[in-house]
Amino acid sequence: MSKTVLELQEITKSFSGTPVLNGISLKAEQGEFITLLGSSGCGKTTTLRIIAGLETPDSGRVLLSGKDMTDTEPNKRDVNTVFQNYALFPHMNVEQNIGYSLKIRKRPKTEIRGEVQKMLSLVQLTGYEKRMPSELSGGQRQRVAIARSLINRPQLLLLDEPLGALDLQLRRQMQQELKRLQKKLGITFIYITHDQEEALNMSDRIAVMMDGRFQQLGTPSEVYDSPKTAYVARFVGSANIVYGAVECVEGELVRFTSTDGSGVFHCRGNRFEPGRPVTLAVRGEQAVLTKEFEKGSRGLFGTVKEKSFAGGMLRIAVSLHNDLEFICSRHGIDSELVPGDRVRISWEPQNACPVDLDGEERI
Amino acid sequence: MSGNREKKKRRLRGEALTVLPLYVFTLLFVLGPIVYMIVLSFLTRAETWGVLPEFTLQNYKNIAEPVYLETFWESIKLALTSTVLVILIGYPFGYFMAKLTAKWKKRTMMLLMIPFWTSSLIRLYGWIIIFRAGGILDKLLMALHVTEKSVKILYTYPAVVVGMVYALLPFMIFAVYSSAEKLDFSLVEAARDLGASPMKAFLTVSLKLTLPGLLSGVVLTFVPSMGLFFIADILGGNKVVLVGNLIQEQLMKTHNWPFAAALSVALLALTSLFMFLYRKLSGVKDLEGLV
Repeated sequence: MSKTVLELQEITKSFSGTPVLNGISLKAEQGEFITLLGSSGCGKTTTLRIIAGLETPDSGRVLLSGKDMTDTEPNKRDVNTVFQNYALFPHMNVEQNIGYSLKIRKRPKTEIRGEVQKMLSLVQLTGYEKRMPSELSGGQRQRVAIARSLINRPQLLLLDEPLGALDLQLRRQMQQELKRLQKKLGITFIYITHDQEEALNMSDRIAVMMDGRFQQLGTPSEVYDSPKTAYVARFVGSANIVYGAVECVEGELVRFTSTDGSGVFHCRGNRFEPGRPVTLAVRGEQAVLTKEFEKGSRGLFGTVKEKSFAGGMLRIAVSLHNDLEFICSRHGIDSELVPGDRVRISWEPQNACPVDLDGEERI
Repeated sequence: MSGNREKKKRRLRGEALTVLPLYVFTLLFVLGPIVYMIVLSFLTRAETWGVLPEFTLQNYKNIAEPVYLETFWESIKLALTSTVLVILIGYPFGYFMAKLTAKWKKRTMMLLMIPFWTSSLIRLYGWIIIFRAGGILDKLLMALHVTEKSVKILYTYPAVVVGMVYALLPFMIFAVYSSAEKLDFSLVEAARDLGASPMKAFLTVSLKLTLPGLLSGVVLTFVPSMGLFFIADILGGNKVVLVGNLIQEQLMKTHNWPFAAALSVALLALTSLFMFLYRKLSGVKDLEGLV
């Protein structure tokens, strides 16, 4: 029995004539962790601000626990926000910051103190009550901001890139901790990030945003393994996009040709007709590069452009026609391929995912 | 090692030399006159002109006379009234000015600065044109049928208050503006998000964080308004007499220099006392915009 905590209905918003949100709809269940993923300027922060009440949508409704709250002031919503820059009050110490919302509600001092203590132990900052925000490290400020927004036990917590300013190691640690907190408290989280790894790691569902629209809304595995659009495939899976035309359909396998060669992909329940254009997403680690190949064999053909080593993976860029590039990644530190080699790129049919071009211009 | 120390010493000496002129200037033109004034206040007035080098406390005893105490009290009252009015007008002005777009900030700043290019004395004469019987104010009020005959505001206490507020307002605006500009608006949003009404968010966050600006504005307003004599002179006629006017009169007309000096020392002590109390009460150590 879960209940809907938040519902967005066809939200639109523009700032001085420039559309920022173009019809956003979303339902969040109690205890769900939903991530809005997108690059900067995609409208994710505006979405969050509309939920918090800091911005009013041009059209569409915001429902909190079934009640229409579109025009309700932020202080009258059962929603709290962890701001991107933490927005800790610089003139108040940790205890006063965390206890702020209870003090505003004129709760007795002893009760506030008790609640603050509970929150401090929840975020593992006991003993820091008298410190000023300026005396805290980035990670500690983050914890204070979270404690401050959780003390009211809101139904819904909004987090705007809360880990953006932290270094990688601390990020990983805080990701675990946030997830732990969210599970423990059973609060719905709406989380903003531009880091796909973070999104895949923490979320129950991910909404991939671009140009004020949800490109795809689904579980991490749906978004990662079956991207709907070329943008999602690129942004979430760092996939290569291959453009071609359907050659023939053989049962569930579809053959296609492109200027760089030809290949096969699994239809995944879609219908394809010969002659129609098709766009495929192929992830770099699932593509195979071969140097020796027979004339007339299937695959895309290109020239190795460069090799680089990043994040424990060897990255090989192959240049194709029309200035396109195909990036392959391999475990290990080197391969026998050298720049200038002619190579064949191939993949298992189920590893190529047909996607929509929506929102992604053909180059 | 020793060569290094030698170098350091030499550099320190070099630094001392560069600030030396400042020290000399301060000693000569700030500290010197104050000491001179204090010394003068304990000397005896000569029969016709100048002072006699005879120690006396009579000058200070004279201040205790009711007529002079009254003048001090009047000055404090006027300074307080002006300061309160300056806060009421200047704080919101400076606060909202900080929220304007960059373009409008520049324009507003320009409009505030332009009057400074003319002498403050000339600007005060402008107020006479507005306030005098049959002046702009009278014409305006009559045109609006607020009044039938002249309101006769020139050479009254309110005219002096208007003049004071007018002269001191920019200082408050700039002081508040400089601290309001540094205010991070996301803090106000955070307060609203945490359940504060707009008023509550203003009081607990915006006001608290712009307080240093407001406080330095108060200092910049209150202290000068204790001593400004020409505004009371020009707009108040001889009806409003402040400590500043008294000092000027003793110095320029009566030529009682020791008494003028004693009055000045008393004024200095009074403003210092206010500053001290004020710092104690507000708990603000460094005032924004003030050294």
